[in-house]
Amino acid sequence: MDLINLFVKSIFIENMIFAYFLGMCSYLAVSKTVKTAVGLGLAVIFVLLITVPVNYLLDNYLLQPGALSWLGSEFASVDLSFLSFIMFIAVIASMVQLVEMIVEKFAPALYGSLGIFLPLIAVNCAILGGSLFMQQKDFSGIEGAAVYGLGSGIGWFLAILAIAAIREKIAYSNVPAPLKGLGITFIITGLMAIGFMSFMGIKL
Amino acid sequence: MSLEKNQKPQTAEEKKKSEMLLFLSSSEEKEHFLSKANRKILKDPLDDNNPITVQVLGICSALAITVQLKPAIVMSLAVVFVMAFSNVIISLLRNSIPSRIRIIVQLVVVASMVILVDQILKAYAFDVSKQLSIFIGLIITNCIIMGRLEAFALGNGVYKSFLDGIGNAAGYGLILIIVAFFRELFGSGKLLGYEILGHKGVTLAESTGLYALGYEDNGFFLLSPMALIVVGVLIWIQRARNRKLIEEN
Repeated sequence: MDLINLFVKSIFIENMIFAYFLGMCSYLAVSKTVKTAVGLGLAVIFVLLITVPVNYLLDNYLLQPGALSWLGSEFASVDLSFLSFIMFIAVIASMVQLVEMIVEKFAPALYGSLGIFLPLIAVNCAILGGSLFMQQKDFSGIEGAAVYGLGSGIGWFLAILAIAAIREKIAYSNVPAPLKGLGITFIITGLMAIGFMSFMGIKL
Repeated sequence: MSLEKNQKPQTAEEKKKSEMLLFLSSSEEKEHFLSKANRKILKDPLDDNNPITVQVLGICSALAITVQLKPAIVMSLAVVFVMAFSNVIISLLRNSIPSRIRIIVQLVVVASMVILVDQILKAYAFDVSKQLSIFIGLIITNCIIMGRLEAFALGNGVYKSFLDGIGNAAGYGLILIIVAFFRELFGSGKLLGYEILGHKGVTLAESTGLYALGYEDNGFFLLSPMALIVVGVLIWIQRARNRKLIEEN
């Protein structure tokens, strides 16, 4: 039950885009058409689902103060948490590379449709943000981290899908010239975020 | 380049020295310290080529930490530091990085810079560091830094890259501070924590300043959607003033 609650919360209430603005750069840059938005969204779900649990293990068995105690009692006082940024980003960069190779080998069709988005994901703030929030939230087990990764990925996917659909339609509207493109996208995202605020306080 | 023509280095040591000089000044040639081109590099990102409103880079962190002015200022300073020095380092290394692994090299350089900033903030400004929470860490994936490393530092000399880093980070900070100014002023009636609109008491009689006239804070400005709308309006104003930035579609 806790996991379902966490899942719903990470999709709707703590939405990566609308509540924390994570992954905004690619959200704005790749949302011109629905097709590319779906590709990038799927890749983000995939990578978040893998990197958050991996970084959870890393954090709990390597980086946290006292995490190294499984090596022996003399390591119990070691605190490597200042290394977490560099470790997380290294894991993400190498995972993205790995995922890219695996997808290319076993699912060439998916690889074709994701195209250049896979390598781009390494520098998507939503991915590193997922791992850093996971570190802050202090989940009690790896399943919590996995559910959180999946949920925030789906939330990001929904957000980029929605804005891409709106932008495809808005191309036919008469927007004031200085507001065209970026400006109106920002304001629409703001309005969508207000909509998403209505999910606040939902508990399962 | 001019060095090579004018003097023929006699000893190996001298040759090495002149090569070193060449390496450091290769793209700068004999340019004045703040020549017109250099000033352009520094000034362009403030308006015509602003990283947030024109290049659309680095928005992720720009919005989340603009509820108050103080964290926004600290964040801007952190980005100025990280960006200037990672630009310098990448520019120094630019001829020896194999292009296949350049992303990882860039990430490592930026991550080490960010760790420095994070540790310094934790030591000397702990409350601000708590407020910024994960967003200091997210400077690593701030697209503005990677974007400038890719677009500028990999192809330009050290000093120019340094200026580009400072300029772009300042352009980023400028937007951050403008947004934070409006959000803190309208949202909580304060600036940097000082109650500049007067003090709000429990009843009208206990209030001073604007609050005594019945003014209420607009709490909506403290919520995240308002950051997006404020930036949208900023873009609108900038493009209405600077019409060559208007997009086709």
